[in-house]
Amino acid sequence: MSEMKANETKKPLTVLQRILDDQNFMLMLGLVMPTVFYTLWGVMEVATIPIAP
Amino acid sequence: MAITTAQSPFRIDPLTGMRIDLKAQALVKINAVLAVVFLLVGGAAGLLVALTRWPAVHLLPADLFYMALTAHGVVALMVWIIFFEMAVIYFCASTVLSCRLATPGWAWVQVVLMTVGAAITAVAILQGNSSVMMTSYVPMDAAPHFYLGLILFAVGALIGCFVFLGTLVIAKEEQTYKGSLPLTVYGCLIAVIIAIFTIASGAIILIPTFLWSLGLIESIDPMMYRVIWWAFGHSSQQINVTAHITIWYTVASLAFGAKPMSEKVSRTAFLLYILFLQLGSVHHLLSDPGMSSAYKIFNTSYMMYMAVLASMIHGLTVPGAIEVAQRRNGYNNGLFEWLRKCPWGNPVFACTILSIIIFGFIGGITGVTMSVEQVNMIIHNTIYVPGHFHGTVAGGTTLAFMGLTYYLIPVLFQRELILPWLAKIQPWLFGIGIAVFGVALMGAGTLGVPRRHHDMTFAGQALSFEWPGMAYMMMAVGEIGGVVSVVGGAAFCVIVVGSILVGKKVPADAKCIVAPHADRNADKHIGMGGFEAPGTFVLALTLFVCLVLYYFINFKYLATVWTLA
Ligand code: HEM
Ligand SMILES: [Cu+2]
Repeated sequence: MSEMKANETKKPLTVLQRILDDQNFMLMLGLVMPTVFYTLWGVMEVATIPIAP
Repeated sequence: MAITTAQSPFRIDPLTGMRIDLKAQALVKINAVLAVVFLLVGGAAGLLVALTRWPAVHLLPADLFYMALTAHGVVALMVWIIFFEMAVIYFCASTVLSCRLATPGWAWVQVVLMTVGAAITAVAILQGNSSVMMTSYVPMDAAPHFYLGLILFAVGALIGCFVFLGTLVIAKEEQTYKGSLPLTVYGCLIAVIIAIFTIASGAIILIPTFLWSLGLIESIDPMMYRVIWWAFGHSSQQINVTAHITIWYTVASLAFGAKPMSEKVSRTAFLLYILFLQLGSVHHLLSDPGMSSAYKIFNTSYMMYMAVLASMIHGLTVPGAIEVAQRRNGYNNGLFEWLRKCPWGNPVFACTILSIIIFGFIGGITGVTMSVEQVNMIIHNTIYVPGHFHGTVAGGTTLAFMGLTYYLIPVLFQRELILPWLAKIQPWLFGIGIAVFGVALMGAGTLGVPRRHHDMTFAGQALSFEWPGMAYMMMAVGEIGGVVSVVGGAAFCVIVVGSILVGKKVPADAKCIVAPHADRNADKHIGMGGFEAPGTFVLALTLFVCLVLYYFINFKYLATVWTLA
């Protein structure tokens, strides 16, 4: 609450600024993005290579 | 000088006016010292490797060569760099935020685990049955304690990351800063976030590999190994990039009083790193069968270019901020007076600017180009690859770390540098040596000379290959550059260790060395043609033109390799 008050006197923070300041959200993005696009996608590709008969 | 508060003893540093938590100071010092010791070891192994790959010298027999190469890769890339990064994040979190370090006891656990882990792995390598290179691709097997050491080392680093995050929580609670985190601490936060993904990936692959080496797991799929290992191997390079860029910002502000041209733009660039940088890991799999082009191109081209954009932003704003500060301080004539009047003889500055230039022009341009699936086929597994990454990891990261070390010796160790004449030329020896090494190896790689190869002449092999004379020459020139850079690296270690041991004590009433904010001249009219930093703009355009030309040349070359007859 006290944080809100301090900000009200100044300009309100933009959405981008709030994302940038939110350490937990940044951590979440930094884990989810590579896990989904690199690791999971990559593992799926390897896992779906057919086994030679 | 030490003062004790209810929370933690600290001192006010005369050189910087910073309030330094003494427990944090001890931890930064020990991590930095261990880092430099390991740099010496890694550099010595690098010298042996370079002297073997120099065709006319060809120093080591094959088995020792691969042992030295494994030692060099592991010690230089992982141990030196990560120890130093621990020093950086502790320094930024505690000193820059004027905050006490969270759980110093755990931070000591980090030091012990990383030291013991590195030692165990080093012993495994020296015993000779773990010459599997730092990538340790299965099904090549190393001794179990090779992997165990790496796992302990990684756990130590992870603890360090949590000490950093804990310190941020304390700083917020105790309100040691207002509003957003300062940019330098913010950069460390980004590096730590990337590190958490990196270390988790390392654990996911190295723990099963350790169990496999003990015989507890039957087999590990080599392709699966490569995918997950590179989530670790590539992302750890992105920790380095983020850390050295953070150091660029720090040095620009400490040495010039420079303020980032736009905090918001710099922070947004860091957000792009968080979103896209690690996806570039796929560039290590570009020549792997079994992975689709969609996977390769989506990640290394489309997504990765967003991260490249971010790097270009950092590469523009750091010199730009220095230019603006220099112009405000009176060097406002022509395009480049600000650059000529920079303190080129000061090792902190010289290391930083060389790091920016080498990282951009040698590491950056070639990295972007070789990440294109088609172009990658020309250079995959050639000596071009080490040529490229010594531009990033040695010329970029290592030089930036050297620069920060020169800054920290008077501040944290409270000692003056010994051998100032040597410190003046050291960045140039290391930087120019690595630049020659990188460019020449890339030349040889373009001609097809393989990486990780003991004998390019294939003497006594069933299959032979006639290299053009140029390939031998490039290898010789490159390795001579390598030897020069080892001399520069050794000089660095001598100066650092010597200064810490026998350097003159910095007097308690020493003058402050932090440059005053260039902002105090903010009303002055600076720049040319409506640009505040026209010189940087010209340099950035030059980089861009080089990149486009280089990209074009590589596709042209690819076309000649693949004749459609
Ligand atoms: C001090 C000057 C240095 C010299 C002369 C040097 C030399 C070399 C040479 C000749 C190779 C072998 C290339 C091959 O045959 O495939 C190599 C590989 C490598 N170097 Fe360096 N290097 C230096 C500094 C560094 C630094 C500072 C780092 C990291 C921070 C580093 C990281 C690596 C890595 C990761 C490899 C690859 C190892 C592998 O293929 O497994 N080097 N270096
Ligand atoms: Cu990579």
